[in-house]
Amino acid sequence: MTHWIIAPVVLPAMLAPFIVLAARYHIGIQRVFSVAGVLALIAIALGLTLATSDGSVMLYQLGDWAAPFGIVVVGDSLSTMMVLLTAVLALFVLLYAIGSGWDDRGRHFHALFQFQLMGIMGAFLTGDLFNLFVFFEVLLIASYGLMIHAGGNARLRAGVQYVLFNLIGSTLFLFALGALYAETGTLNMADLAERVALIDPEETVGIRITAVLLLLVFAIKAALAPLHFWLPSSYAEAPGPVAALFAIMTKVGAYAIIRVYTMVFHPELEVTAGLHDLWLLPAALISLALGMIGVLAARKLDRLVAFSVIGSMGMVMVAISLFSEASIAAALYYIVHSTLAGAALFLISDLVRHGRGNLRLTAQAPMAGAVPTAALFFLAAIAMAGLPPLSGFLGKLLVLDAAFDTDTMVWVWAVVLTSSLVSILGFARAGSMLFWKARSVTPEEGAPAPDAPPLLSYVAVGGLITLLVAHTVFAGQVHSYTGNLAMRLFAPEAYITTVTTTPGKLSKPKTEEH
Amino acid sequence: MEFLVASAIGVLTAGGIYMVLRLRTFPVILGISLLTYAVNIFLFSSGRLAIGAPPILQKGVETYTDPLPQALVLTAIVISFGMTAVIVMVSLGAFLGSEDDHVDDQPETEERQ
Repeated sequence: MTHWIIAPVVLPAMLAPFIVLAARYHIGIQRVFSVAGVLALIAIALGLTLATSDGSVMLYQLGDWAAPFGIVVVGDSLSTMMVLLTAVLALFVLLYAIGSGWDDRGRHFHALFQFQLMGIMGAFLTGDLFNLFVFFEVLLIASYGLMIHAGGNARLRAGVQYVLFNLIGSTLFLFALGALYAETGTLNMADLAERVALIDPEETVGIRITAVLLLLVFAIKAALAPLHFWLPSSYAEAPGPVAALFAIMTKVGAYAIIRVYTMVFHPELEVTAGLHDLWLLPAALISLALGMIGVLAARKLDRLVAFSVIGSMGMVMVAISLFSEASIAAALYYIVHSTLAGAALFLISDLVRHGRGNLRLTAQAPMAGAVPTAALFFLAAIAMAGLPPLSGFLGKLLVLDAAFDTDTMVWVWAVVLTSSLVSILGFARAGSMLFWKARSVTPEEGAPAPDAPPLLSYVAVGGLITLLVAHTVFAGQVHSYTGNLAMRLFAPEAYITTVTTTPGKLSKPKTEEH
Repeated sequence: MEFLVASAIGVLTAGGIYMVLRLRTFPVILGISLLTYAVNIFLFSSGRLAIGAPPILQKGVETYTDPLPQALVLTAIVISFGMTAVIVMVSLGAFLGSEDDHVDDQPETEERQ
């Protein structure tokens, strides 16, 4: 049993209190430790990804207690891929936060950042639904702190809405877990997969309600219409780097849906038949359309980016709700793309705020550092809207291809293609208003010109764009990797047997008394 | 007893949802507290209701109550307590800053920076 699989949770969990306790008043030391921690996380995540890339499943039993009784951390190739994505995203977001000075505008940015990473990593690695709830809460508590970092009335008001919405979501999650436990008597995902399959088809009322409740909870996290209302104002009002980190949080919801609905409530199960194609697919198509209409309708750049994130989550959910190997492979490819592109756009909108003081999409005097910002916006917008040659186009193509043989092909193709056109219009309008129309406006006499954003900010955004380009160039390798991964997701026997049959304490009771 | 527990969960949930749908932060926070009480009782009863049965193995005892929901509900209580404290502080900050405790966005604040 290797201990490395729990390292992505333990490392930030140790680093965060260290930063609070030992480096409280020294922003320089905080920065060094935070960056070093994230670099170590990337190294660990790379090692874990390599170790699980052949389909092997890593299991860690806390306190050596065997699976249904003890807490387990499980790393299969899906978990480790998401862990690696989070670690890489965190590095660039952290570099941007340091470069732009956001981390010094309030207290405890780095500690909260590490706690947030701990929650996200834990959510990806846990093999147990109750611990999924606990790690959701860890990442939410840290995100509440990050969301209102640096304060301000507008941010606090958006923070209240964000916290309230998520509290209601957490309550719903607990109701779902209670119902699930009452029905099956376990919350371990591998154990659930075995027990749900044994439920008598005549008595499925409870388990049906549970499956729908869980889907609702994960849909809130994934900002699926009509449960997306928390996202636009909270992402728009959050500090730029924090919003960029939040780009992975919606993917936690998508990950949970993939994990639970391929293993526990898999598509062939009679109990939950119709849940994916009847309910999930229309909701996903609506949120795709809604997000892209929001892109066209937004009057401020931060709202535009937030709506584009809703749209791209809709795209991910369309691919997931088709629930075939090809569509899950496409969804995983698109998740990587959409995380990187969404984060890059949030950082760019912060660059614009830095350069011109506000984000309203009106013609104003040229911003500071307009040329590099415009170039980065151009590339990121191409990626997000799904134009060739960047990875958004390939991802969309893969989703369309996966939908080609299904009954819902007309709907998927119509909505995806139309909403792509709408989002291209929206991004083009925003870009020309921000960067081209500015040429025709003469700056006010005597108005203080803001400084150009620092170099490190550009390095961070450029790094994300470079990753997007790499994601495009190596699309063949990435797609064959996600293809193998999706194949293993639909045959979860290796996962289930590893979790349930690995011996530990209590796996073989000595006597029969109980 | 089943009726009592079930109706307690139902009444608390109904009251909580009604309060959550109000527009000011104070009733909404009260509503969330009621909802968390409801969910705690619900979790507690998810291991079946038993009177006077011990949760830990003992000699000479035939019936036990399920200990796991009690551990789950303890975690849930701690988390919901912490969360309520956070939301009280954040909404207090928002109220003191803007002299307005509406939960929803007001039309005139649309054009703020």
